[in-house]
Amino acid sequence: MSSKVLMKGAEALAEGAIQAGCRYYFGYPITPQNETPEYMSRRLPEVGGRFVQAESELAAINMLYGAACTGVRAMVSSSSPGISLMQEGISYISGSNVPCVVMNAMRGGPGLGNIAPAQGDYLQAVKGGGNGDYKRIVLAPSSIQEGVDLFVDAFELAEKYRMVVMVIVDGLIGQMMEPVEFKTQVDVSTRKPPEWAVSGRHGRDHANIITSLTLDAVELEKWNLAHQAVYAEVEKVESRIEEYQMEDADYAIIAYGTMARIAKTTVRLARAKGIKLGLLRPITVWPFPAKQMQAYVGKLKGALTVELAYRQLFEDVRLTLCDKMPLGWYGRGGGIVPGPQEVLTAFEEQFGKGR
Amino acid sequence: MAEEMKVIYERPTSWANKITHYCPGCTHGVAHRLIAELVDEMGLIDKTIGVWPVGCAVFGYNYFNFDSVEAAHGRAPAMATGIKVTNPDNFVFAYQGDGDLASIGMAEIVHAAARGWPITVIFINNGNFGMTGGQMAPTTLLGQKTTTSPLGRTPQVNGFPIRLSEMLATLDGPAYIARVSLDSPVNIRKAKSAFRKAFNAQVRGIGFSLVECLSTCPTNWKLTPVESMERIRKEVIPYFPLGEFKVVEGVL
Repeated sequence: MSSKVLMKGAEALAEGAIQAGCRYYFGYPITPQNETPEYMSRRLPEVGGRFVQAESELAAINMLYGAACTGVRAMVSSSSPGISLMQEGISYISGSNVPCVVMNAMRGGPGLGNIAPAQGDYLQAVKGGGNGDYKRIVLAPSSIQEGVDLFVDAFELAEKYRMVVMVIVDGLIGQMMEPVEFKTQVDVSTRKPPEWAVSGRHGRDHANIITSLTLDAVELEKWNLAHQAVYAEVEKVESRIEEYQMEDADYAIIAYGTMARIAKTTVRLARAKGIKLGLLRPITVWPFPAKQMQAYVGKLKGALTVELAYRQLFEDVRLTLCDKMPLGWYGRGGGIVPGPQEVLTAFEEQFGKGR
Repeated sequence: MAEEMKVIYERPTSWANKITHYCPGCTHGVAHRLIAELVDEMGLIDKTIGVWPVGCAVFGYNYFNFDSVEAAHGRAPAMATGIKVTNPDNFVFAYQGDGDLASIGMAEIVHAAARGWPITVIFINNGNFGMTGGQMAPTTLLGQKTTTSPLGRTPQVNGFPIRLSEMLATLDGPAYIARVSLDSPVNIRKAKSAFRKAFNAQVRGIGFSLVECLSTCPTNWKLTPVESMERIRKEVIPYFPLGEFKVVEGVL
């Protein structure tokens, strides 16, 4: 598939994962991402992979844990309540350095919430979720094409740092159709299990053991310190941002994913009115692109964070830019998605007419 | 008469030469030994991946010379399923206690059995949560005192014990389900025969297999090792009868 095809987001992302070398998928039905497991169930057997419908999200994440322990490229996808159930497994997987990919099609919450697009799982994704001190890399595409492209990076980053990589989208990206091109095909047919993997000894002179248990406090602190060093390295080299119309900007909107896509139109509306507005769009929300944002200190008169949640992304923006420039915030929750004009009005209310 | 010395008993090569952390009189060591002997006898050491539980056997992976992973509480069958799916030629077993398997992990074990995929589960039933200090388990007998049923388990307060093997044997997925006891040499020999059938069910690609092992917990039962073995015979076996509950054609 090297030419453009029109595909639904949830299916295109599944194909993107397969093109990135994913051969094992474990899932449990939950809206708004059911097209992903459905697609995987018919497509994976065609490429020599396996789809397993788990009995719960708990089982799905632990099946992924088992599969990923053998060194293959494997993933799960789910939506907010299901991702909450997977947090235990994500902590264990992180605690035993097993690379894998988890996709969350975020929906309105809390609780059962609804199935409309939302970004209320931001803090869960970037700050924690499961128990203990661990991080995962979180990628936040704002189009289907970007999501497809990022799946290649997702598996490579997971294996490079032996971390969980989470891809966060929402029902809007999952349900819409866009032309998409699969530019990279990763050949996994000749891959050998990495040296840390459990795959049977097959003549190896020692047994491999994968565990997140370290009873000795001195040893566990060593583990934690080693991982803090890895996380510091990831923060240093892996943060990514899109800077849209920022060359001459007086003000910026800070938004990611679906909200950033809408905010691009807000930028164009503002520019038509003579307001020099730009967009700072984190592509990695962990590591947060703090350095790239701080480069605008002294150049911007202010920044408006816009999100489909209540001051979650804003928490990281404040940590990054607090006291450095005037900061505003606008957000809608519960599955309400503001349009470009609504965002522009919010900007004008908080920053005057932007002049 | 210079007769050649014959080795009749030795340490299995798949057994790592380590002292276990198990209490005196606990039968985890017996179950471990049976696994090691059969991995040796069946030539499986290069193909074996063990999946260990949360509970007393949490360090099980330290005692064997084959690859192992440590699962979250109750999730060993799911993890074993994920491993088997990627490595169908490997020998994959999960080792679980009764808190792990019959309480928090009930969904995972039922669905692993229902799928029927060839993985093997060794299930240790000692009637309580051993590692956490002897709390009530789904397998705790009526009347049995534990730290969370201090006056003895009653149906009104605590519900009834679960006979896991009989329950799983109602499913179409399993190839082999048996309950054995580790209380005596004769029962241990029978247990080894059941383990062998369970291993064979997987190696021959027939299907899911599980062996439930009636086991002792002298520390939390507050009995001597000998009294613990007697308790299995007098109190436990009458409620949890020994036997094979499912044997499909080809399992031997």
